[in-house]
Amino acid sequence: MARVVIRNLNKSYNEVHAVKGVNLEIRDREFMVLVGPSGCGKTTTLRMVAGLESITSGDIVIGETVVNELPPMDRDIAMVFQNYALYPHMSVYDNMAFGLKMRKFARPEIDRRVREAADILGIENLLNRKPRQLSGGQRQRVALGRAIVRHPQVFLFDEPLSNLDAKLRVQMRVELKKIHDRLGTTAIYVTHDQIEAMTLGDRVVVMKDGVVQQVGEPLDLYNEPANRFVAGFLGSPAMNFATVALTDVAGATHALGEGLQLALPPQIGERLRSHIGQQVTLGIRPEDLRVESGEAANGLSFGAVVEVVERLGSEILLDVKVGSGTMVAAVEPTVQAKVRDHLRLALNPERLHFFDCRSEAAI
Amino acid sequence: MAVSGLATRGAFARAPRRGTASRLLEDERWLAAALLLPTVILLALFIAYPFVEGVWLAVTNATVGVPGKFVGLANFEMLWNDSIFRVAVWNTFVYTAVATVFKLGLGLWLALLLNRNFRGKAFTRAFILLPFIIPTVLSTYAWKWMFDPTFSVINWTLFQLDIIHSRINWLGDPGLALISVIIVNVWRGVPFYAISLLAGLQTINPELQEAAAIDGAPPWQRFWHITWPLLLPVTMVVVLFSVIQTFADFQLVYVLTGGGPANATQLFATYAYQLGVGTGLLSQGAAVSLAMFPFLLIIVVVQLLYIRRVEVH
Repeated sequence: MARVVIRNLNKSYNEVHAVKGVNLEIRDREFMVLVGPSGCGKTTTLRMVAGLESITSGDIVIGETVVNELPPMDRDIAMVFQNYALYPHMSVYDNMAFGLKMRKFARPEIDRRVREAADILGIENLLNRKPRQLSGGQRQRVALGRAIVRHPQVFLFDEPLSNLDAKLRVQMRVELKKIHDRLGTTAIYVTHDQIEAMTLGDRVVVMKDGVVQQVGEPLDLYNEPANRFVAGFLGSPAMNFATVALTDVAGATHALGEGLQLALPPQIGERLRSHIGQQVTLGIRPEDLRVESGEAANGLSFGAVVEVVERLGSEILLDVKVGSGTMVAAVEPTVQAKVRDHLRLALNPERLHFFDCRSEAAI
Repeated sequence: MAVSGLATRGAFARAPRRGTASRLLEDERWLAAALLLPTVILLALFIAYPFVEGVWLAVTNATVGVPGKFVGLANFEMLWNDSIFRVAVWNTFVYTAVATVFKLGLGLWLALLLNRNFRGKAFTRAFILLPFIIPTVLSTYAWKWMFDPTFSVINWTLFQLDIIHSRINWLGDPGLALISVIIVNVWRGVPFYAISLLAGLQTINPELQEAAAIDGAPPWQRFWHITWPLLLPVTMVVVLFSVIQTFADFQLVYVLTGGGPANATQLFATYAYQLGVGTGLLSQGAAVSLAMFPFLLIIVVVQLLYIRRVEVH
């Protein structure tokens, strides 16, 4: 068990600068999730921690050791690969025992650890099988088992659930969480799935184009995104964005945009003071919109025309047209709405997000 | 309604009667037979007939121009007591064993090198195949020239480098001749091994190497525990093909030494040719050829059993 520190980490392949000045500290026993779209540098970062990719510049520290030049075997890490990477010619038992055999553990100790891990993962009855005789979920367990038996300082996960079907993915996600709670090993987990990031991570790192966008606890990232990218990436359905102009009308700040005319409360107006007279991006999460019967008392509502109604059971997603733009509203399942209905949507001013149009940073 | 009903019946009446042939082909058994026929004819004509004819020749006393009579196993009895035949058998085994070991070793090494990423990879891979592509007789003539005692470029180079001080008679010295012939066989055979094993290597998921590296296996252990077992089925097939080819090799030895000096490089195939075509003793030549058969059969059966075992596990 150890903390991992990444200092000013860079990776370039010829002309491509894949990872740009990443700084992270993963605390001891923490479950850290790196999330971002394909090509954002998250997997490259993980592979550099593993020692599978060389570092262009910067430092990686595991425990107290700078591991920049250490080969993977000397870093005391275990990795779970996206395609499991089980040795196809070895039994499940041998797959799990391989790392211990290579490290010259005594036979009884190997046996004890393999059986212990198999017990944790519920795969005792599969120990004599070959990987090709296993289902996707079982293979995933074996891959996890191979990491667990080693009792490493750090677990590295490279999109381990992305090859599983949706139902199994949810189940394995829960189990991963339980296993981490039980073992308490420091973990770095790479995924492009924001739900995995939100549910698994003690903290989450959002990356884009090789740059860390924001680091924080899942709900902090969700509620206070540092920029428009983080805001749009986390949350499903994604945050609605609209360009609005901020104007001062008799001392009160108003946001004017396509089909929007919002009188903002004073405390928010104060925050936006420096942007008066400019265009900014307004962000509203779908669940922060509600259907209002009449005009909202606080002047924070707008008219919308329903285009699509998606009934999910627990909630309804309304795709609505606001001016010439579109938004999604996640509303109570009891709301009666039909296509082409004219509605008024109200919003909570506390839950509004504003982003600078040029820098895209949160205001 | 009535009109359309009539029209329909008329259409049925005009439907063409299907011939006996097309009805037979509807039956899968007949269709299968019909589809197999061309292959069966080709195999019968060019493989089965020559084989049967060869077996028949081996049990007669036919010579060129004389059909011969059945003599039972007399030809084989003669071979049993023929010292040249025994030399040829021994040579064939040495030739096959030594050449195969070197071809496998060098081919695997080359395949592992070619499996890496480097500039000009595609070109190098294509280039490697050259010895395999050039007609054997042509390349072997080039080697013959290089082994020539007077004009040998190899001797010249060694001489200039001050390594030797007298000419080496590569093909004239009985001890060296077999080695020289094996060298050429290895040179010609390595590309086949390299390219086939490279294809096998490319089917192995590179993540396995990474997983093993993280598991703590140094490069040699990764090769021994991961690459080699996964490559084994391909290796066995490649070795099987190569052993059969090498065991029955003819062109190379025929061009380089013709089996000489003093039968030092005589193999099954060259001896069969010498007896059957060179001296016209067709029946004895056929007997030598046929004597190869049980050896090859044993090799093939053993290897196929092994391949099956590897695949099952």
